[in-house]
Amino acid sequence: MNTAYGITAITVICTVTLVIGAFGLRLSRTTSDFYVASRTVSAGRNASAIGGEYLSAASFLGIAALVYTNGLDMLWFPVGYTVGYVVLLVLVAAPLRRSGAYTVADFAEARLESTAVRRLASVLVVGIGWLYLLPQLQGAGLALRTVTGAPGWVGGLVVAVVVVANVAAGGMRSITLVQAVQYWVKLTAIAVPAFVLLWAWTGDGSPAPEIASSTQWKEPLNGLAGQGHPVYATYSLLLALALGTMGLPHVLVRFYTNPDGRAARRTIVTVVALLGAFYLFPPLYGVLGQVYLPSLPTGAAADSLVLRLPAAVLPGGPGELLSAVLAGGAFAAFLSTTSGLTISVAGVIEQDLLRGRLARVTGDDATVVQGFRIAALLAIVVPYAVSRLIEPVGLATMVSLAFAVAASTFCPLLVLGAWWRRLSTVGAAAGLLVGGTLAASAVGITVLAGPLHGWPGALLGQPAAWTIPIAFTTAILVSLATPGRVPPHTARTMVRLHTPEDLALDRE
Amino acid sequence: MTEQQPPPRVRVTSTRRNAATRDLRPLTRDLDEQSNLGEVYMSGLMSAQLRLSLLVLGFGAVGLGGLPLLFLLVPATRSLELGRVPLPWLVLAVVVYPVALVVARYYVRQSERIEKEFSDAVGRR
Repeated sequence: MNTAYGITAITVICTVTLVIGAFGLRLSRTTSDFYVASRTVSAGRNASAIGGEYLSAASFLGIAALVYTNGLDMLWFPVGYTVGYVVLLVLVAAPLRRSGAYTVADFAEARLESTAVRRLASVLVVGIGWLYLLPQLQGAGLALRTVTGAPGWVGGLVVAVVVVANVAAGGMRSITLVQAVQYWVKLTAIAVPAFVLLWAWTGDGSPAPEIASSTQWKEPLNGLAGQGHPVYATYSLLLALALGTMGLPHVLVRFYTNPDGRAARRTIVTVVALLGAFYLFPPLYGVLGQVYLPSLPTGAAADSLVLRLPAAVLPGGPGELLSAVLAGGAFAAFLSTTSGLTISVAGVIEQDLLRGRLARVTGDDATVVQGFRIAALLAIVVPYAVSRLIEPVGLATMVSLAFAVAASTFCPLLVLGAWWRRLSTVGAAAGLLVGGTLAASAVGITVLAGPLHGWPGALLGQPAAWTIPIAFTTAILVSLATPGRVPPHTARTMVRLHTPEDLALDRE
Repeated sequence: MTEQQPPPRVRVTSTRRNAATRDLRPLTRDLDEQSNLGEVYMSGLMSAQLRLSLLVLGFGAVGLGGLPLLFLLVPATRSLELGRVPLPWLVLAVVVYPVALVVARYYVRQSERIEKEFSDAVGRR
């Protein structure tokens, strides 16, 4: 692989990100700018920004690697990532926007009128955010190593530095623009090489991959996680992705940059279109990988497949150029997802952990924006340190674990919060605690003990199918048992969550 | 053309005290104050929206969630081919996305219609 091309592509992406961020800095002046871009982002740009933020290392490199290794069953990943937005749209999009809250923690406080639930939600936002940041930083290390041979810690550090510079400088205003641009960068970077590779493949007489004779790879209900019990694993994964999307910290923050509930819905429709267009491409790389690179060099992670494929199809200059384009796109993916996660985790850290303490230490000298900058640094340093300590378990696997935790905690909170008047403070807290503990334990065991076999492996590796129902049941039963703890202003809140904004109602 | 008759003369004796007075309170106040009437309107809106959401989710659960079950129960579907392309690949890699988009657009149109009807009903008074 040509190192000079690769370094140039990555440098260009990082520079463009910083320049657009700096441009946004000139526009970003108030706290509202920082957090929600003053709620003035148009639906089209907001949708591009959501797409840009959502398409992470797992989407850009991970899916192709999974399809390459495990075949058809892995297509459930991109399907789940997209369907998650449809579920979010029909269940919580408009109510969430109308709640006027900025994070899940704000929603929890507004709906349940309890600072205890708020704090619980804050801890979970930070936890899920960090869990999702890990694979981004690991992926960056892997991509940079594949392209330039740099040691694994450099890539993550580059991403961390660029993101902190951007987030700390411009906040949401500049990040929105950066991410909207990065969606189109990513789509171009994955689509153009895909078309060139397809053209080369048809030129070679479009040979079928050798592995296509293996039913393991080609047919459904075989490959998922390789732990057996493929039907259970498929359903559990689909549930985790479909219900977890609404609970991801960086997804929620984006809602509040819509002007109203109707715009929030329309934005999501555009997001579904943008994601669908992108996800047509990664599986192609997986299949073509099996045609041209039936075995990877020893020691190479499957996640590097996308970057290695062009050189195998088109040896020499053109292949190297395409690899560089893909490396640039992958870096755009790391940068945008990491920015989105960092900004939402930083928001929670600043509001719920730092603000009081900072005020005490500095005697109220520190401004909110200064606190936000410190929080942004904290938000990314911790996962970076952890990413250096634990062994990578595969980008898409790691991401799906973050989805499982989000689906087992915030999905019950948001869905019941938006639609069920009898949800009590205690019930919501119990649901969060039980779902969070179960899902987090399953994730912890899977990450630390490595893949197990048989039913324990399937149940712990894909916990969503049992943790989500348990979390819902807990929240409902405890709420029914504690009718006295239903928040006093529930009816008032429901009016605000569900009535269209064109009615002149008292929205506080 | 017939000659127009002037309206009959009416002797006014008093105001019509027994006529129903027109309620000038806007219905939005009922929503704001959570009166019984406001609650009826609210639960109507919420259940209409929830029914729509469950309809869409049900469609997804059957259409998408039914696929693994189909593959499990009818093994022949696992290796069906359309031209040179295996059908399961075609469905999961391509067909799912436009369908998801159509479903999302259908939902948005319907839920905006529900909200418009609600606004009209509430705003009319």
